[in-house]
Amino acid sequence: MSYINMLAFGVYPFIALAVFFIGTWIRYDREQYTWKTSSSQMLESKQLRKGSLPFHIGILGIFFGHLVGLLTPKPVWHILGVSNEAKQWLAIIAGGIFGLICLYGLVILINRRMNNVRVRATSSVMDILLLWLLLFQLVLGLISIYYSTSHVVYGAEGEKAGVMLMLMSWAQNIVTLDPVEAVAAISNPIIEWVFKLHVFIGMTIFLVFPFTRLVHMFSAPIQYLTRQHQVVRKRFAR
Amino acid sequence: MKVRAQIGMVLNLDKCIGCHTCSITCKNVWTSREGVEYAWFNNVETKPGIGFPKEWENQDKWNGGWSRNKKGNLELKIGSKRRVLANIFGNPDLPEIDDYYEPFDFDYQHLHTAKPSKHQPTARPRSLITGKRMEKVEWGPNWEEILGTEFEKRKKDKNFDDVVQKDMYGQFEKTFMMYLPRLCEHCLNPACVAACPSGAIYKREEDGIVLIDQDKCRGWRMCVSGCPYKKIYYNWKTGKSEKCTFCYPRIEAGQPTTCSETCVGRIRYLGVLLYDADRIEEAANTPNEQDLYEEQLGIFLDPHDPEVQEAARKEGIAENWIQAAQRSPVYMMAMQWKVALPLHPEYRTLPMVWYVPPLSPIQSAVEAGHVGMDGEIPNLKSLRIPLRYLANLLTAGDEKPIVRALERMIAMRSYKRSQHVDGVEDLDVLKQVGLSKNQVEEMYRYMALADYEDRFVIPTSHRAYAENAYDIKGGCGFSFGNGCSDGNNDVNLFGAKKQTVRQVIPVTMKE
Repeated sequence: MSYINMLAFGVYPFIALAVFFIGTWIRYDREQYTWKTSSSQMLESKQLRKGSLPFHIGILGIFFGHLVGLLTPKPVWHILGVSNEAKQWLAIIAGGIFGLICLYGLVILINRRMNNVRVRATSSVMDILLLWLLLFQLVLGLISIYYSTSHVVYGAEGEKAGVMLMLMSWAQNIVTLDPVEAVAAISNPIIEWVFKLHVFIGMTIFLVFPFTRLVHMFSAPIQYLTRQHQVVRKRFAR
Repeated sequence: MKVRAQIGMVLNLDKCIGCHTCSITCKNVWTSREGVEYAWFNNVETKPGIGFPKEWENQDKWNGGWSRNKKGNLELKIGSKRRVLANIFGNPDLPEIDDYYEPFDFDYQHLHTAKPSKHQPTARPRSLITGKRMEKVEWGPNWEEILGTEFEKRKKDKNFDDVVQKDMYGQFEKTFMMYLPRLCEHCLNPACVAACPSGAIYKREEDGIVLIDQDKCRGWRMCVSGCPYKKIYYNWKTGKSEKCTFCYPRIEAGQPTTCSETCVGRIRYLGVLLYDADRIEEAANTPNEQDLYEEQLGIFLDPHDPEVQEAARKEGIAENWIQAAQRSPVYMMAMQWKVALPLHPEYRTLPMVWYVPPLSPIQSAVEAGHVGMDGEIPNLKSLRIPLRYLANLLTAGDEKPIVRALERMIAMRSYKRSQHVDGVEDLDVLKQVGLSKNQVEEMYRYMALADYEDRFVIPTSHRAYAENAYDIKGGCGFSFGNGCSDGNNDVNLFGAKKQTVRQVIPVTMKE
């Protein structure tokens, strides 16, 4: 079992993250032409607008929630005066709301991609695979809320209250390049299967990231707000 | 004053015969690829009609172009920058493929392979997006050709606004039509550029051509909504937007665009215009829409003025460009004779493809004696094409410039006719429209004779100066479209579909 734990939670994350960083970099550097949102709105607009907005709002909320929740060191929470329990409730409520919003949008989008003839015909295998992968991951995340809730409600003082801390410790040890500590944290038998599977699929999303349309998130056009309306290019700087 | 140069175009609608040669040659050169089969960088519409895509002129529906906001500043009609970004997950102003048409091909092969049967085999349509059978083709790029479809549908044409008794023009005796070839306007104040969240669309400083950087485009599709002429097309296969390139490789080499080169009616003119880039915003932001035409004329600079020439040289504009500007047919028609007018100036984009309003239906009516005369010139009020319709199309509803342009063209014909047929010089008719004898002879040369050398005055670009040629020497010889990468193979890890392979090849389907 410890081998599998080491492979899945100690080695795999680094493979996934390496592919994520290097793959994304190569794609940006060498294959700019493929770097895009791959919007299919002009083939089908109505359902897209219904699904895409909640999907994106939901997934952005979830993404930043995970980023802050998992990677903020424990002492920082302490200084901010956020107790373990409060943090867990925050995660459950915010995650639950954004998760449900995202699920609503994602179901519409999957239905659209599978059943709209035009969208289906112009989809790549990866487009379809990615949506199902996201749905699977999202459902796992929503299921995990059930367990987290039981952790706080019934076991504020019990050992299960530490599950979230262990997952945080795993994530923080991964980004600080300490797989041994990370695996030690996540190998604890009190962590339920759903959390582990959720982590594994999460890493898988990092792995496939450079090969999907997900790369468009790096191109979020924030600079549009500050740039001039008109763009004129010179052949060379005079 | 900041002088910039642009290659502009004028289309003489008076001579357009609606043959679509421009559209076809353009398509063969630029958009014969999968993903843009539906896209026509150049198309010819029969007016009145709702056009391509459907009702493109109705900005209440599509929100293209610019408007003045409450503070009196220019703002995109699709909204402020913040609103544009807020709509990025689902663009509310995006036409769907059915607003253009579902691209189709026919199963021609079936005609070869059909077994003997009682009835003739037919080639049935098939969608080029899904590859599936289309039972009925509902719409196409030119569905309204020569007043096709019923008037009830065509009268939604936005140019009918404020035309008195528009229903009258549905009657057979009262009907009228004209052709309108359309391409990207390569505007001075392009709304597509301003709408692009990625900053991928740009205007070239040296010749004013507006292009989309295909590498930088991320497919946020805001440009499609921003452009009021709906001349940006989203390529559903590559996920990038594409547009008319003004055939820049040809222009750089001093050749006319493909559409201009192949125009059998010789209606297209290309020439350099010098303009004052500092005054673009001021001109585009004129409060009254009907002043926009005059305001745009106001920022064009006189290439014969030594001061302008000096300023142009200071900006690094090459000598042959300044000379070309002096011989520019576009400058003559727009500025000197004022017979060319911008298409929908009220969109505030300051378009650079201008149109000479069509005249022919008037003249034939005059000959038949139906029209009252106004001095030497027929009274334009009783024309077949309502003045108001042309004014809505070309001058934001102001009829005066239309009248001036049409009268000058009639005067030219009248003068030349009396000169050639009666052997007299009818100077009265010229006086009435404010043209000199010299001017009308020039107009005749450019607009009636329209020699190749007069229609296209395109200076070659000075690439050798614009780029450091030494740096690119020995740089990239022959490549497979990936720069000079040597690591090219057929497999693309990143999910791009091969552009050179068609997904949907119409073959006979077993049914």
